[in-house]
Amino acid sequence: MLDRLAGTAVMAFARLITGVRAEWRGAPPQPTQRIYYANHASHGDFVLIWTVLPPALRSLTRPVAGADYWSKGAIRRFIGTSVFNAVLIERERENRRQDPIAVMTAALDAGASLILFPEGTRNTSEAPLLPFKGGLYQLAGARPRVELVPVWIDNISRVMPKGELLPIPLLCSVTFGAPLHLAEGEPRDTFLARARAALLALAPAREETA
Amino acid sequence: MTAQQQTLLLFGGVAAVLVLASAVGFLLQRRSGPSPVIENLNARIKAWWVMVALIAAAFVAGKPGVIGLFAIASFAALREFVTLTHTRRGDHWALLASFFLVLPAQYWLIWIEWYGLYAIFIPVYAFLLLPIAAALRGDTTRFLERVAEVQWGLMIAVFCASHVPALLTLDITGYEGRNLLLIAFLVLVVQGSDVLQYVWGKLFGRRKVAPALSPSKTWEGLVGGVASASLIGAALWWITPFSPAQAGAMAFVICLMGFFGGLVMSAIKRDRGVKDWGRMIEGHGGMLDRLDSVIFAAPVFFHLTRYWFAN
Repeated sequence: MLDRLAGTAVMAFARLITGVRAEWRGAPPQPTQRIYYANHASHGDFVLIWTVLPPALRSLTRPVAGADYWSKGAIRRFIGTSVFNAVLIERERENRRQDPIAVMTAALDAGASLILFPEGTRNTSEAPLLPFKGGLYQLAGARPRVELVPVWIDNISRVMPKGELLPIPLLCSVTFGAPLHLAEGEPRDTFLARARAALLALAPAREETA
Repeated sequence: MTAQQQTLLLFGGVAAVLVLASAVGFLLQRRSGPSPVIENLNARIKAWWVMVALIAAAFVAGKPGVIGLFAIASFAALREFVTLTHTRRGDHWALLASFFLVLPAQYWLIWIEWYGLYAIFIPVYAFLLLPIAAALRGDTTRFLERVAEVQWGLMIAVFCASHVPALLTLDITGYEGRNLLLIAFLVLVVQGSDVLQYVWGKLFGRRKVAPALSPSKTWEGLVGGVASASLIGAALWWITPFSPAQAGAMAFVICLMGFFGGLVMSAIKRDRGVKDWGRMIEGHGGMLDRLDSVIFAAPVFFHLTRYWFAN
């Protein structure tokens, strides 16, 4: 009850600040099992994707998030686990108790779709997209029937630049591209480059502001 | 007639026009099949129903309704404007203040009818204080451009737009309790002019007025639209404190300001490489696409009325 209410409140707030709109450019919003992989510039990223997903898809979709961040403190734990039903993974290789790929494939096997940020961390650089970590490749190989859908989130980094406490209202958009799959025998780096290019192709062309 | 009867008559008339428009749109779609122009026309008519319903609800609620409606419209318009500017992290405080302090303060000043302050609050105090907030953050990259853009956004989306509800604060002898109708007059004439320019342009438009700014604005649309909307304004003199000739002249001025407002806002969109300010209103684009003409007309209409007719 409280988690449903909190979820609705978070989505209403996200709409008030960003007026977020979805554009399904490459695939219709249908309940196929998918991994939505997106650029990552802010903690608001998965909230925006979650907000624009139709309710039937939203209840099937779980964001993948870093346990180190989302297990800290009661509020974050409540938001991460109860409200968004996040799949928490341990990002640091040393002394981790669970393999992230195993945790994510278990969630897929339970029928969930995932929201994944293959850059691995928030992008605070000037570059539009950081190099991808290998997790997307391993998941694509382990569960080849799951559709990989690139999702470009635009403008959210301007809403809440790193280190600021309050968001400024700016229009954001979420663009869903065409699903892709790992080709047979496709090498890791080729696949990751292809997936990254498919995501970058969704970014709107913009004059350089720097 | 009492003010209430006049208001009812006015909204009845607008509803009748919309019924007619919806019927024409339906017939056009049946006759010529689906085409993008007709689909857009029907989306626009549908959105008009929603906008007229919102304004009617605000009128029923009276002063708080109208001030609330325009405060929300300002918020949406400023959000669209800032989205297209070159904000940097150093603008964060100035932008937060614009949205969450300056905007509510401006509408609060109109609520308490403090003309002496709401007329200068943004042009003087926001103008001086927000660049200080930006300067304190220490980022000098494109500094003048950035502070100018924030100020311009506030002037357009908040200051000018707030002059629509500010019409409620005018004290006009013999017109007490009827100020809502001044708002109805302004909005009807400006939006009527927009619609009539579109209709005249679609029917007879040949020669473009400003091909570099807007491909859809033609001389035929401009002359036909402004002339017919000015006549409508003159015909609406009975809801205003003006004589028929004065109402026609006022309508002419606000139609021209509305037209040029559309041109200026088109120039900004062109420069930023977008067709619309947003996607808030189906068929029309964003809030600013619908409000640009009202924004340019409102302060001029406010001050002309205040200077010649108010106490």
